[in-house]
Amino acid sequence: MKKTTLYDVISPVMIGPSSSHTAGAVRLGLLAKNIYKNTPKKVIFKLYNSYAHTGKGHGTEKGLLAGVLGLGVDDRRIKDIFDSEISKDIEYEFQYCDNFKYHPNAVDMTFVGEDSQMFISGESVGAGEIVIRKINDFTVKLTGKYNTVLIVYKDMPGMLSQVTSTIQYHGINIASLYCDRNAKGQQASMIISVDGELTSEVISTIEEVPNVYFVSYIEKLEN
Amino acid sequence: MDTNINTFEQLMKACIEQGKEIYEVAQEIMAVDSDLKVDQVRAHANRSLFAMKEAIQVGLCSKELSMSGMCGQDCFRVQERFNSSPALFGSTFEKILKYALATSEENIRMGRIVACPTAGSCGILPAAMLAVAEDCNYSIEEQLNALITAGEIGRIISSKVALAGAVAGCQAECGVASAMAAAAVCQLRGGTISQILNASALALKNILGLTCDPVAGLVEVPCVKRNPFLAVHAITAVELALASVESKIPIDEIVDAMEQTGAMMSPTLKESSQAGLATTKTGLEVQKRVFG
Repeated sequence: MKKTTLYDVISPVMIGPSSSHTAGAVRLGLLAKNIYKNTPKKVIFKLYNSYAHTGKGHGTEKGLLAGVLGLGVDDRRIKDIFDSEISKDIEYEFQYCDNFKYHPNAVDMTFVGEDSQMFISGESVGAGEIVIRKINDFTVKLTGKYNTVLIVYKDMPGMLSQVTSTIQYHGINIASLYCDRNAKGQQASMIISVDGELTSEVISTIEEVPNVYFVSYIEKLEN
Repeated sequence: MDTNINTFEQLMKACIEQGKEIYEVAQEIMAVDSDLKVDQVRAHANRSLFAMKEAIQVGLCSKELSMSGMCGQDCFRVQERFNSSPALFGSTFEKILKYALATSEENIRMGRIVACPTAGSCGILPAAMLAVAEDCNYSIEEQLNALITAGEIGRIISSKVALAGAVAGCQAECGVASAMAAAAVCQLRGGTISQILNASALALKNILGLTCDPVAGLVEVPCVKRNPFLAVHAITAVELALASVESKIPIDEIVDAMEQTGAMMSPTLKESSQAGLATTKTGLEVQKRVFG
């Protein structure tokens, strides 16, 4: 079990009524926004199970949209986000679904940009804690607690050591590491969470490693 | 210092060996584990303290209903009554009821609160601690000491049992909030370390088995009104503990019992709204009205 801290029990300051259905929803939206980075034209939210059934009474939809728009869990504007100026330039749609293969509090978010789409799937796992489980086709595990780099590369020997030695060279400690691949020799993904921050210099050094296709730096959530 | 403290026995030992209060050990553990200074830990606690007071002030003035329409005006009713007819047990008691309702009603109308330890139990600790702090003139520093003491109680319990109704029922939410509130008030009142741990033990022990069966799956019924009940429950524990009444079962063992009880509790009574109050005739009618 993860070690809980003093802060976990005397915070966060948050908009009610539910840490999993309100604050968790905001944090899922926020982390998805940090992954997508740009402002989307449209976001489609597909809510599952308990999120679908009791979301309305808990402000889950409001929380998700507010997060995508960058509001924190304690922002009083969450309550009236649908009528607010800040949400008028973005299109959004909510869908509701039962699927018991999914976590009780799960949401799929599809970010639609001018000429691209990104699919992000996550769960609110309790007490405001969240996990992003999927980005496009890749299985990931992002909690928003650490600054994290997502690397998509060709599955071949030595990739892990090349990337981690680059990070080590800059004196940064790796907190956790997760790898996945579509198939042998095909695209693979690496998720590295670090203590502290990765500078743009480190990120561009990773981008220059041969057979790395794509690098994205995902900042941790503030609270 | 050794920050690997996960039982109350270890906490007690650390306090005695280092000649420190619970809050001093707690803020040092947080600082060491998270690379912070003690001042930063106290500043974080102070933000929570400020937000608790703000939630009370806003909540006392609002009559707005929750999204379901079930709750939101009980704090107003209670204030009206106390204005014309004071409570039997005096003004501090009145404040505890008012503050607990004000905070938990703010929560269900999407106002800003502090999850302490959870959103559904957010009114318990602020009500008990701040009503006593105001009426006995305890300083901000003393309130922070009390809040951090309470936080350490919650932290140690949560190292064994997840503080979630879905995992262990309401005993792990409102029950733990009440144990935390008892520790906070006992710290304010100058209780010894042993008295503080006994206050928490007595509060937790006497709420074991509490289920989580919210109507329509919302944090409203019975959650809102459960907050004033368990804030007062905490005060009972404090008054006994300050008289050196001891819990015959040590608090670590009470937490074990809570974990076991939570594991044995039917899933239908753990935040799934499939039994208990949620499936009463009226509970089901409300659910139909709210969600169709």
